[in-house]
Amino acid sequence: MTRAVVTGIGIASPNGLGPTAYWRATLHGEAAIRPITRFDSANYWAKIAGEVPGFEAGRHLQGRLLPQTDHMTRLTLVGTDWALRGAGVQPNDIPDTDIAVITAATAGGYEFGQRELQKLWHQGPEYVSAYQSFAWFYAVNTGQISIRHGTRGPGAVVVSEQAGGIDSIGHARRQLRKGVQLALTGGMDSSLCPWAWVAHQASGCLSRNNNPKRAYLPFDRDASGYVAGEGGAIMVVETPESAAGRPGTRIYGEIVGYASTFDSKMPSREPGLKRAAELALRDAGMDASEIDVVFADAAGIPELDKAEADAIKAIFGPYGVPVTAPKTMTGRLFAGGGSLDVASAILSIYWSAIPPTVNVENVVPEYELDLVLNEARHGKIKAALVLGRGKGGFNSAMVVREYR
Amino acid sequence: MSRRAVITGVGVVAPGGIGTKAYWKLLSEGRTATRNITHFDASPYRSRMAGEADFDPVREGLTPQEIRRLDRAAQFAVVAGREAMSDSGIEFDQLDPGRIGVSLGTAVGCTTSLEREFIVGSDRGKYWEVDQSYAVPHLYDYFTPSSMATELAWTVGAEGPVSVVSTGCTSGLDSVGYAAELIMEGSADVVVTGGTEAPLSPITVVCFDVIRASSTRNDDPTTACRPFDKTRDGLVLGEGCAIIVLEELEHARARGAHIYGEIGGFASRCNAYHMTGLHPEGIEMSDAINIALKQARADATDVGYINAHGSGTKQNDLHETAAFKRSLGAHAYKTPVSGFKSMIGHSLGAIGSLEIVGSLLAFEQDLIPPTANLHEPDPECDLDYTPLVAREKKVNTVLTVGSGFGGFQSAMVLKKVEGAGR
Repeated sequence: MTRAVVTGIGIASPNGLGPTAYWRATLHGEAAIRPITRFDSANYWAKIAGEVPGFEAGRHLQGRLLPQTDHMTRLTLVGTDWALRGAGVQPNDIPDTDIAVITAATAGGYEFGQRELQKLWHQGPEYVSAYQSFAWFYAVNTGQISIRHGTRGPGAVVVSEQAGGIDSIGHARRQLRKGVQLALTGGMDSSLCPWAWVAHQASGCLSRNNNPKRAYLPFDRDASGYVAGEGGAIMVVETPESAAGRPGTRIYGEIVGYASTFDSKMPSREPGLKRAAELALRDAGMDASEIDVVFADAAGIPELDKAEADAIKAIFGPYGVPVTAPKTMTGRLFAGGGSLDVASAILSIYWSAIPPTVNVENVVPEYELDLVLNEARHGKIKAALVLGRGKGGFNSAMVVREYR
Repeated sequence: MSRRAVITGVGVVAPGGIGTKAYWKLLSEGRTATRNITHFDASPYRSRMAGEADFDPVREGLTPQEIRRLDRAAQFAVVAGREAMSDSGIEFDQLDPGRIGVSLGTAVGCTTSLEREFIVGSDRGKYWEVDQSYAVPHLYDYFTPSSMATELAWTVGAEGPVSVVSTGCTSGLDSVGYAAELIMEGSADVVVTGGTEAPLSPITVVCFDVIRASSTRNDDPTTACRPFDKTRDGLVLGEGCAIIVLEELEHARARGAHIYGEIGGFASRCNAYHMTGLHPEGIEMSDAINIALKQARADATDVGYINAHGSGTKQNDLHETAAFKRSLGAHAYKTPVSGFKSMIGHSLGAIGSLEIVGSLLAFEQDLIPPTANLHEPDPECDLDYTPLVAREKKVNTVLTVGSGFGGFQSAMVLKKVEGAGR
């Protein structure tokens, strides 16, 4: 079976731009959930978010791209540039039809969309941007990456709410198996505008606690919902043969298992997360005992936390594996969250350290979880399991391993 | 042994009638169902026509809660999904739910509901700070299109892989291609797939107005969409949904199911060219066609019918005509081509699935639906576009293609399965 290795990681996270800054901040537990600055949140009950600070799109992208892109697309394009650069991929290294682009979306370019909706309804149809037709739709990031880098291989966009960031990488691996050499994959999301914010509030999942240290507390007895954030990760995933074509290319790790499942509407049925994890392990041909860390979905909603803790306990036994949720530092990044977790898992393996979960103080004892709290845990990590769930019933799991 | 994905059930919501029968009647008679927009006051807009579905959710059996909660596109998916389930003859509650998946295509998701709620919350765009007190409880479901996959998954009882595939106007082909991959790789035995779209709201109409992609033949809406005709002046929007039950071949055979056909091959390509523009050479679409044919172990000369994208823009007509010639060579001139958008409009992320279903019915009936409104062929488009009237022909292999904003080019090869009578 064709193997899939990660050779480039582009990260835009509330606590760091680029894999080095992100990893340093994440290992140190640097939390980046803060009061919202991107719009006036005074009239909304949720007032904090994980914003990506210091991101100046104009420093990285040609001016002509700015009027036609939403913030999330700019993050995506810059993240992709970084991933390609890290992987040492130069134009013409790889035939353009052998590069796939597979991204995840949860929302579209809604900040752009809100501006155009406002123009349409307040000023009139003739004021609407000619770019609206594609700047806010869900497929935009894949299309723009393809154009920017001249890739003419397969393109796709997967939407499965917050599980999609993992699904996109799973689908990228599928493309490698079908014959492409390299895939640009992952997700970046941003929906920090009033219109999107009202929708986030309506999800019933945001915490009503506006203290950044007390708002998003997965597995804690005070769990009260989550905090929304922006950013994510775009990765270069390719076959080892493709990577070998560029001598000196760093291989961070390998994607060895993936599966996705869905929760039944019927309460009598068991939630599908455990099955996703088991199927991903089976796909990897690995036993649970070979997993050194679990990157949890960590919903921060008590019944979902319990379901996840039950799944982890059923597979690994009580306190059977270190579990962590670095997203406690950034908030949940929607389509970007799953891919950033996969990137973090890969970096854990590469740097032999498990980043901590922050702010959580009182883990519910019945969960019997070995949650890595407050400080990074150093030591050899050979393999990690990444879990993700999306509102509506989506579950995805991915196993990553050191490359050998 | 390799696993094969076959179609065993179909369901349709389309302009001109609800249900597969009404849809086939329209296509086979070559009638058009495009008309002046009635869903909202379209008078301020440049293009004021669409293929609208006469869809009454009450008559289609949706509950008052479903009608309030679900965007129109999600309502379509539930109704067409039920028809497809019943058509397949599968007892869904007897299957292992973990082996049932869902893959649903949509380009703009629940835009109609998002726009409606925006108008209320912003007081018709007066306020940037949308008022939270007007937010409806299901606003977040409109925010993310994956909510529609959830709804369809609940309808069929799926607990396997579920997702939305959103690649603009090729979503309806790509979602089915994705579903076929799930079956072939062994992740599911049954995948309920297809595409749904209900984009007829001002913001979507304006999107096409401002780039002058849509037709302005507002005084003659029934003949406005004229693919391959030299008088064409743009696309006509549409709405609709087609849901397809895909099943692993042996699974279908074991229960003696009626098999419409097989997904022989599928490929998608990015054109790396322009978010809305197409290169006249059609290289990427041709690449996609070649790969899909190869996967299907079919030669260019096996293709008996080409279901075109046929959106009604000159750039598209030249693009795909070039792609067909590039891939099929001399055989392209001998192969009937037709475009359904001339009859039902362009329902964005749904149309690819509607075209798959129409092509499967062409297998069944040995009849190729025509391109409507094609009276004055464009001399630059010199293939056989099956003008105006359906043509009787026995076809064993169909090529269907799609092309979309973002540069997506997709191709699918559908094959008849031998020994699959009802």
